[in-house]
Amino acid sequence: MLKYILKKLLIMLLTLWIIVTLTFVLMVTVPGSPFNSESSSNEIVQQNLERHYNLDKPLPVQYLLYLKSVVTLDFGPSIKQSNQSVNDLLGRGFPISAELGFFTVLVAVISGVTIGTLAALRHNGIIDYFAMTVAVLGISIPNFILATLLIQQLAVNWSIFPVATWQSPKHMVLPVLALATGPMAIIARLTRSTMLEVLTQDYIKMARAKGLSPWKIIVKHALRNALMPVVTILGTLLVGVMTGSFVIEQIFAIPGMGKYFVESINHRDYPVIMGTTVFYSAFLIIMLFLVDIAYGLLDPRIKVNKKEGD
Amino acid sequence: MLPEKNPRDVAIEEIPDEWFTWREQNKEEQERLSRPSLSYWNDAWRRLRKNYLAMTGLVFIIILVLMAIFGPILSPYDANIGVLSKQYQPPSAEHWFGTDSAGRDVFTRTWQGARISLFVGFMAALIDVTIGIIWGGISGYKGGRTDNVMMRIIEVLYGIPYLLVVILLLVVLGPSLLTIIIALTVTGWVGMARIVRGQVMQIKNYEYILASKSFGTKTSRIIRKGLLPNTMGPIIVQMTLTVPSAIFAEAFLSFIGLGISSPNASWGVMASDSLGAILSGNWWTLFFPAFFISLTMFAFNVLGDGLQDALDPKLRK
Repeated sequence: MLKYILKKLLIMLLTLWIIVTLTFVLMVTVPGSPFNSESSSNEIVQQNLERHYNLDKPLPVQYLLYLKSVVTLDFGPSIKQSNQSVNDLLGRGFPISAELGFFTVLVAVISGVTIGTLAALRHNGIIDYFAMTVAVLGISIPNFILATLLIQQLAVNWSIFPVATWQSPKHMVLPVLALATGPMAIIARLTRSTMLEVLTQDYIKMARAKGLSPWKIIVKHALRNALMPVVTILGTLLVGVMTGSFVIEQIFAIPGMGKYFVESINHRDYPVIMGTTVFYSAFLIIMLFLVDIAYGLLDPRIKVNKKEGD
Repeated sequence: MLPEKNPRDVAIEEIPDEWFTWREQNKEEQERLSRPSLSYWNDAWRRLRKNYLAMTGLVFIIILVLMAIFGPILSPYDANIGVLSKQYQPPSAEHWFGTDSAGRDVFTRTWQGARISLFVGFMAALIDVTIGIIWGGISGYKGGRTDNVMMRIIEVLYGIPYLLVVILLLVVLGPSLLTIIIALTVTGWVGMARIVRGQVMQIKNYEYILASKSFGTKTSRIIRKGLLPNTMGPIIVQMTLTVPSAIFAEAFLSFIGLGISSPNASWGVMASDSLGAILSGNWWTLFFPAFFISLTMFAFNVLGDGLQDALDPKLRK
């Protein structure tokens, strides 16, 4: 187990280092300086500004300074938003994005697994066809289109939910719904197909013969095995939710990280771009790492959990 | 001549030769094929044809490709130039899909957008396949240390969220179609390489490969002729599923303003442009691009699912 974790950890750190370096290289080669738009600034002001943000130092020094800031988790001040450090922006944006992401994953997993299980239990029945039609539609309709439709119908036409922003639980319904539908559809299809396979196995027949209630058979015996593939795609799913949250935060005007990220790109705000990129990547990579470990712990066929006691 | 004893009581060694009669062998009858010979592809096609949903997807994709090629040519309007006085016309005989905020014909723009979406989708899939086959083929065939190093590289690349690469590249290279395709394929080939490697590792241990090796066939030829044709099934399925995700990525990037930008037409741009319009009741500006993005993704997804079943030799009846 320890060896497995260490190996994964090493790869994780390597990936992070590559991302950090890549971000730096790309930012340095980007055409256009962040100070270009200030037409009034003269040469000396320009130089002072560059000195303040360490842009006048040779590149290797800049790179080392950057690495140091990454390791100490201090991304410095934002260039465009005065008196705001990148950490301030992250501190404000991340909790909101995390909340959105958490509820989305929660809704997607719970409803996806439920729909998939119901469809498998009523294989080739009306529920099955209905569920799979919904699932295929859910995969086909891009989340930004769905978000627009939801706003138009539920918020504008029927005014059941507020149109935008992030304040009360009521505000969360539409963004979460728009973001969760795609992952939900994927989970539902996956659960259905593995569930169908599991249900034909002998130990389920055995459980039935023992006279266990159908509920117990499904929840305790079948689902436990059918959910393994769902765990494996959780990592990919998280990436998808993160990607989606960029556009969903734009549409619903949610002040999360995605919004700052897109803004910082349009403003060429280097420290913010670097900070958010590194932060996002680190977060995702750590999540993928945890999913890997969780999978190792859950699947008895993988021997990593043999020495769990130590 | 009849035997004196009951035939059942005769021991096998005592059976006289006369009891046997010689029957003429019909050589032609023996060699006749009772079922038509089906190649792998014939068989897969036969199974795919029975899958109505997948066939619907295929037919739709063909129609879409034809419309993307001929649609903008047939239309009398220019996709990017509008007449401001004809702003927000509802669908009519003149403008089949109506007009948008700048008085541009939505019908023409929809098919212009289809061109971009399909181009991005097919190019991304093609590049992914090329790199994926080379990388996965070498990694899987060589095995050992080479494989180990190549797989570690893949593992690292896999951890990098593609959107970040896309956005960073777009910032550096500037938004253009080429940038989107490069950005999508930088990390996109990883999945394909993994699939090819898995297949190659399994197949390379089969006897016919050993036979080929013992004849002294060159490695490149073994990979090309012996291994790749047998890995085509999963590769094609993966390709079919790459196309919709690339189309989605392009629409997504254009939607948040990092991809193709107005006045050029792409489904993402059209959807993004009509966000305001839909609130004032001009539904058609959003409906048509949204409808065709969804339908295209749907078609490729069901075709991919159908191909997955059709190309799986285990399901052969």
